Amino acid sequence: MLRIKNLEAGYATLKVLRKVTMHVNPGEIVTIIGANGAGKTTLLKTVCGLLRSRDGEILFDRQDIRRLSTEEIVFRGCSLVPEGRQVFAPLSVRENLVLGANVQYRRGKQAEVKNDLNRMFGLFPRLKEREKQLAGTLSGGEQQMLAIARALMARPKLVMMDEPSMGLAPLIVRDIFGIITRLRDEGNTVLLVEQNAKAALGIADRAYVLETGRIILQGQAEDLLSNRDVQRAYLGRDLDSETDI
Amino acid sequence: MNIDLFFQYIVAGLTYGTIYAVVAIGFNIIYNATGIINFAQGEFVMLGGMTAVTLHQILPLPLAILAAVIITMAVGALIEILFIRWLDRPSVLRMVIITIGISILIREASLHIWGEGVRALPYFTGSSETSIRLGGVFVSPQVLWVVGISAVMVILLNVFFTYTLPGRQMRACSANRDAARLCGINAKNMVTLSFVLSAGIGALGGSIVSPITYVQYDSGTQLAIKGFTVAILGGLGNSAAAVGAGMILGVLESFSIAVLPAAYKDVISIAILLLILFVRPSGIFGSSEAARLSEF
Repeated sequence: MLRIKNLEAGYATLKVLRKVTMHVNPGEIVTIIGANGAGKTTLLKTVCGLLRSRDGEILFDRQDIRRLSTEEIVFRGCSLVPEGRQVFAPLSVRENLVLGANVQYRRGKQAEVKNDLNRMFGLFPRLKEREKQLAGTLSGGEQQMLAIARALMARPKLVMMDEPSMGLAPLIVRDIFGIITRLRDEGNTVLLVEQNAKAALGIADRAYVLETGRIILQGQAEDLLSNRDVQRAYLGRDLDSETDI
Repeated sequence: MNIDLFFQYIVAGLTYGTIYAVVAIGFNIIYNATGIINFAQGEFVMLGGMTAVTLHQILPLPLAILAAVIITMAVGALIEILFIRWLDRPSVLRMVIITIGISILIREASLHIWGEGVRALPYFTGSSETSIRLGGVFVSPQVLWVVGISAVMVILLNVFFTYTLPGRQMRACSANRDAARLCGINAKNMVTLSFVLSAGIGALGGSIVSPITYVQYDSGTQLAIKGFTVAILGGLGNSAAAVGAGMILGVLESFSIAVLPAAYKDVISIAILLLILFVRPSGIFGSSEAARLSEF
């Protein structure tokens, strides 16, 4: 579905991504974990065209999308749930969702929008209750749900999510991750970027570890969960105090 | 000052206030879409008036105005496509210089085309002497035309932004540009659309007011300053507040004639502009929190 080869990107004189190579297969949850500043957000922004890459290759559905505009990339079926939710605060929940379906109108599938709207309200009953409310008045968790639902309204082939757990209470994080699993089970493909490595590895099929712009580890999610380096660096386990007498 | 004179001043104030509000709404639409002030906004008003006067020689009045609005919209689109569209995240200062340059360009081109003469459309109904008596106040029918058409325009704009797809897309763009692009909205087209809308609104305003205020190649500058004052007074980007602020400025100016020589009328708006910028840059209706976050 998504295939990235030797991707290089950054801001002005700052080089953030160094020869990143990775891929996402249809129907799986792939997670990218890494510390603050490792380049996770930059990677997603580059894939969806908000940031221009300097070198490398981004293939989506076997086609090069590296030089396309964000609008075109979204139209082709690659959606991003941006970091910090970025809902349209002065617009109502319903308006946010309808705007998410913008590309569906361009595809001539406006008839499906109403159905999708009900599907989203089924997936996130809280949004149904708040349908008429302004998005800016929602709680953090509700805004995250709205941001995810808005991206899904575009009927994407691949949903990329940037830190959906950021700033949320553990119970709500569990809800959101439950929904991501459900999306995968319904046949969606998800690329999940997370600092909360434990939760992300818990639901992912495969994972990459990004450190200072490089992929330093990759593999099946459960293998990485039991990897000692990953445990020490990202899962907060103090291996030295766990005596192995 | 007796009560009739008092209301006479109010009516005069509201007339000018309406025009200022229309110019300010033009400022706000582009500000919301791009975060910049289009200093050529007053030129759209002048262009609308001038074109309508010229076209009225061959076309009936309503058609002349309609054609003038459409032509000015095309000019607005052209300006955006030629000078603004291809810039990649320009700085505020650069945009200010560019729009000032555009305003000078349009003004000089108009001087070349139309000369220095002062023009005006005829009164829509009656003549400059006709007046309708409302209580003790005499009101020119043209005032009713101006206020009526402006009110309809504000309502239609509101409907456009609230209920139509492009209206919602524009609001999404001004709320969060990157998120709008992630919804597949072409942000650049929205900017072009904002220029087209602003140009159309300005041109319509310029046409309907020209019987009262007259129009000349450089009359856009004056209006731009007044409209800018009103936009700032109401809080940049807030069109509903601009209507209120327009009325406030119009009425203040009108009453200033009662106490100050008429030549000082424009001093009022400049003084208000400076005062607001010093004391409350977010506008009287704006929140200072939001103003601190914006670039301009």
